[in-house]
Amino acid sequence: MFAIYKKEMRSYFINAIGYVYIAVFLAVSAFVCCLSTLHAQSYDVSTYFTLMLFSLVVLIPLLTMKLFSEERKLRTEQLLLTAPVTITGMVLAKFLAAMTMFTGTVLVSCINFIPLYHLADEARAADEYAEITSALGPNTAIIAGNLIGILLVGAAFISVGVFISALTENQLAAAVSTMGIILAMIIIGVLNSLIDNYAIRFVLSWFSVLERFNLFGYGIFDFNALLYYLSICTVFIFLTIRVYEKRRWS
Amino acid sequence: MIKIDHLIKRYGANYAVDDVSFSIGEGEIVGFLGPNGAGKSTTMNILTGYLSATSGTVKVGGIDVLEDPLSAKKMIGFLPEQPPLYLDMTVEEYLNFSYELKNCKLNRTKHLKEICEVVKITDVYHRVIRNLSKGYRQRVGIAQALIGNPKIIIFDEPTVGLDPKQIIEIRNLIRNLGRDHTVILSTHILQEVQAVCDRIIIINKGKIVADERTENITRAVDSKRRFNVKIVGPQREVLAMLKAKQGIVYAEALAERDGDAHTYMIESEVGLDIRKNLFYTLAEKNWPMIGLEALGMSLEDIFITIVDSSEEKKKTRGRASIEKKVAQSVMQSTAQKQMESNASDGKSE
Repeated sequence: MFAIYKKEMRSYFINAIGYVYIAVFLAVSAFVCCLSTLHAQSYDVSTYFTLMLFSLVVLIPLLTMKLFSEERKLRTEQLLLTAPVTITGMVLAKFLAAMTMFTGTVLVSCINFIPLYHLADEARAADEYAEITSALGPNTAIIAGNLIGILLVGAAFISVGVFISALTENQLAAAVSTMGIILAMIIIGVLNSLIDNYAIRFVLSWFSVLERFNLFGYGIFDFNALLYYLSICTVFIFLTIRVYEKRRWS
Repeated sequence: MIKIDHLIKRYGANYAVDDVSFSIGEGEIVGFLGPNGAGKSTTMNILTGYLSATSGTVKVGGIDVLEDPLSAKKMIGFLPEQPPLYLDMTVEEYLNFSYELKNCKLNRTKHLKEICEVVKITDVYHRVIRNLSKGYRQRVGIAQALIGNPKIIIFDEPTVGLDPKQIIEIRNLIRNLGRDHTVILSTHILQEVQAVCDRIIIINKGKIVADERTENITRAVDSKRRFNVKIVGPQREVLAMLKAKQGIVYAEALAERDGDAHTYMIESEVGLDIRKNLFYTLAEKNWPMIGLEALGMSLEDIFITIVDSSEEKKKTRGRASIEKKVAQSVMQSTAQKQMESNASDGKSE
């Protein structure tokens, strides 16, 4: 299993795709951060994280599209499936590789907040009433909450991408379908507000990724949300394993 | 070492493998022979755990592939039809990845070096697989199968797309591997199994139609000794002499001519080498023999015969011995030739 994980990590870095992903992620996050905090003259980072969530629609498929589809196309999956590795191990290794890339870039993108803290320090130093305005500056708890939130949402999206990549041997098809589904998962909450029927709203809001993410945005650690995202991961990873099991049997 | 019992693999209504049973002992080299789509690859894929059977059991070294796939897979090295290569890796990276994937416990540098020497890829060790020729890629695939020194090595059409020199090299390699490994290889090239294998399993439309030692098949080919002889001399007299000669059970004149020489087909008694005797007799009569060509029944003939007859005998499901079938087919082809030559005789007279 570790061998597959290592191989996937390596493959991100010897192909252009890993660098494209990192570059786009960091560029977008820097731009969005400037726009939502510095330009808007605000220390509030929740807008930044919500916007980053939308950028994941494009970014996550970059990580997941080739995980299984390429193996299938090149027939290299035959090597993995006839090696002494379980299907679960193989799927988890690939999921974890994508997850590592995602976590890494999210953590690196935290450098975006350094100017905020710096500005806050300067403002406090210039202010005579520093004692009173000590609340001035970015709220570290909110940032931490959002970080955990975006990692959980990312994990859920990656598991969707992993599943879709296992369904097709065409990378492009995998990427486009993943984008579609992630987008649907995000905007389902927006659609929600247009519907009158309470029952439907209740169901839709249950599926809405954004709804649950918002709580993290307030710096609240929501155990329900944690469970929700982990369930999505589990379900899609389980489905991916079933896809491989089924292919063996059919 | 390998025991397959009533193996069935069904795709909808089609049987890719239909009730196949055989067992393979340790150190055997077994050739899996059959036309395209016969079920060779499917059987191998089931054996290696890549596919699951619809029913039936597969045991590798006493371990059921379905019950304990990991231990079973550890014993098998597999080269699929299309070598499973990551084109963006170098040979070194690829072999190291396979080494880790198989959880190999041997001394890494030494083991990989040995394998590279065996399959002769040491000189491309640091090159990217994408840039390698087909022959080298195939060998890298074989190297992958050898990692971890598995007891059983399975090759699915290992020589497809290679040039004749590479084919010979790979056949030699497989024969050498057979000394301390159980080897199964599939192919639709008959010379290949004859050259390499101890035992041949012929499979067609998902069923085993023959399972014999290679010598038996070779003996079957040689059991009737037939020759084409070119003799200068009056055709009728020569033919009469040939027919009358002791040790020759059958003789006929063929339409073929070479200057003033006629060609005759003769068949000698089983286990008798008629050639020397024939030479002296002809020399006595002053009829020079200018050509002698042994007519074995080619493996192609056997193969087609067996496959055809198995289709005819589908209802009986019985597996006649290969020698019987070959004998039958020889009779048939002889009778056919006789008819042809009779026709040509009729014309010439």
